[in-house]
Amino acid sequence: MSGRNSGLIWRLVEIARRRSAWLYHFNAGACNGCDIELVTCLSPRYDVEQVGIKLEGSPRHADILCVSGPVTRTTREALETIYGQMPEPKVVVAIGSCPATCNVFAGSPVVDGPVDKIIPVDIYVPGCPPRPHAIIDGISRAIEKLALRRSELAVGDK
Amino acid sequence: MNTIRAFIALLIFPGLLYALPAGLLMLGLERKCKARFQGRIGPPISQAFYDVIKLLAKSPVSRVGSDLPLLIGLPLLAVGSTVGALALLPVFSSESGFVGDIVLLVGLLEMPPLAYILAGYASRSIYGEVGSTREAVVSIVSNVPFLAALIAMASAAGSMHSAEIATSTPLMVRVPAVIAILLCLPMKLRITPFSLANAEQEVLAGPLTEFDGARLALWEMAHALEWTALIGFVITFAIPVRSTSWIVNAVVYVVLSFVLVLLLTLLASSTARLKVSQASGLMWKWGGTVAVIALVAAFFTRGGGH
Repeated sequence: MSGRNSGLIWRLVEIARRRSAWLYHFNAGACNGCDIELVTCLSPRYDVEQVGIKLEGSPRHADILCVSGPVTRTTREALETIYGQMPEPKVVVAIGSCPATCNVFAGSPVVDGPVDKIIPVDIYVPGCPPRPHAIIDGISRAIEKLALRRSELAVGDK
Repeated sequence: MNTIRAFIALLIFPGLLYALPAGLLMLGLERKCKARFQGRIGPPISQAFYDVIKLLAKSPVSRVGSDLPLLIGLPLLAVGSTVGALALLPVFSSESGFVGDIVLLVGLLEMPPLAYILAGYASRSIYGEVGSTREAVVSIVSNVPFLAALIAMASAAGSMHSAEIATSTPLMVRVPAVIAILLCLPMKLRITPFSLANAEQEVLAGPLTEFDGARLALWEMAHALEWTALIGFVITFAIPVRSTSWIVNAVVYVVLSFVLVLLLTLLASSTARLKVSQASGLMWKWGGTVAVIALVAAFFTRGGGH
């Protein structure tokens, strides 16, 4: 699944993907610091809805999976399930230092992370917690990756 | 001639070709205005078009335990029946439609909520089931004043022909009946004070939790069409006169539709979500009272006139 789709319809789809990225936020044992910063992006001050970004309740609706936290043993299976439920094309953004390196929890017996040991990660946003600007920058890079990802049209199940 | 007119109504105006883009624009306008009311810039008005195109180009994930034909069939049923309802709206003068079409119109308008409820159960998700249960309660509660108001209008007009009901209901019945229908409108459209079934984050995405890709796009389209159909329904039954020029009728219909969208958005952004018991209590109390006034008024006009 690499390279771009060709054709006029796919140019239209790329435009639509750039302007309508739906996020699903998964807390894999985070301290809530990164979660608060992510929600801040949706507030009137940063207002990412201007470019069509919104937080979705269901992973099946989402395009971008935002993971925060070092992935504790209890959240591992849920993370795998939710990643599997998201339809292609999908992009994973690791928000904060925990999903990237396990941060201060590295070496803990109850931590199964970092995230890229469990699911493929596309964009890392480091920081403890990262500033909203950094998160928005990370998500915009993720959108660019999402827009150019190769995919096929389908109505039924694959 | 009549067949051609019926096909134009179904496929062009006020049917598919007008209603789908207009409905998506209404959804975009709703999001934009809600953002402006909250002090944000908000998405462009064309946002819903991008959402639908993006969803159509996603590849759904296969899953066990749910019935695929049902998951595709139910949103298609919702789209199809709403287009049928739109074609029956008495936008123009009384030559359109046929005797008894009000029954078909109401029946078709009731199909999308039914498909929505069944979709929640068919998806076999616990969140879908909670959403469907709420939607079932809400649709029963909102239908009582809605149907009572319509019965009042039909009996006062002495007709079951929607175009005739729209033009010849006396004012003293029309005013309370239209108010009762207007009260039901936010509940039927599931917007904020009554957004119980699709309560974001609270029950994930309600009945649509397990829908993805093109199937979710179909639901978005059904939702857009529902906006045009229900809002159009209120408007066509609220305006007592029809111009002889079809352009004037069409323009009035379109402009008033979008004005009503703005008013609904104002309501949505100035209120918080109610509980099921609060929402149904509110509807029984106010919707019921106004609908009873309409019925009583209809009783007296009929006693005098016919």
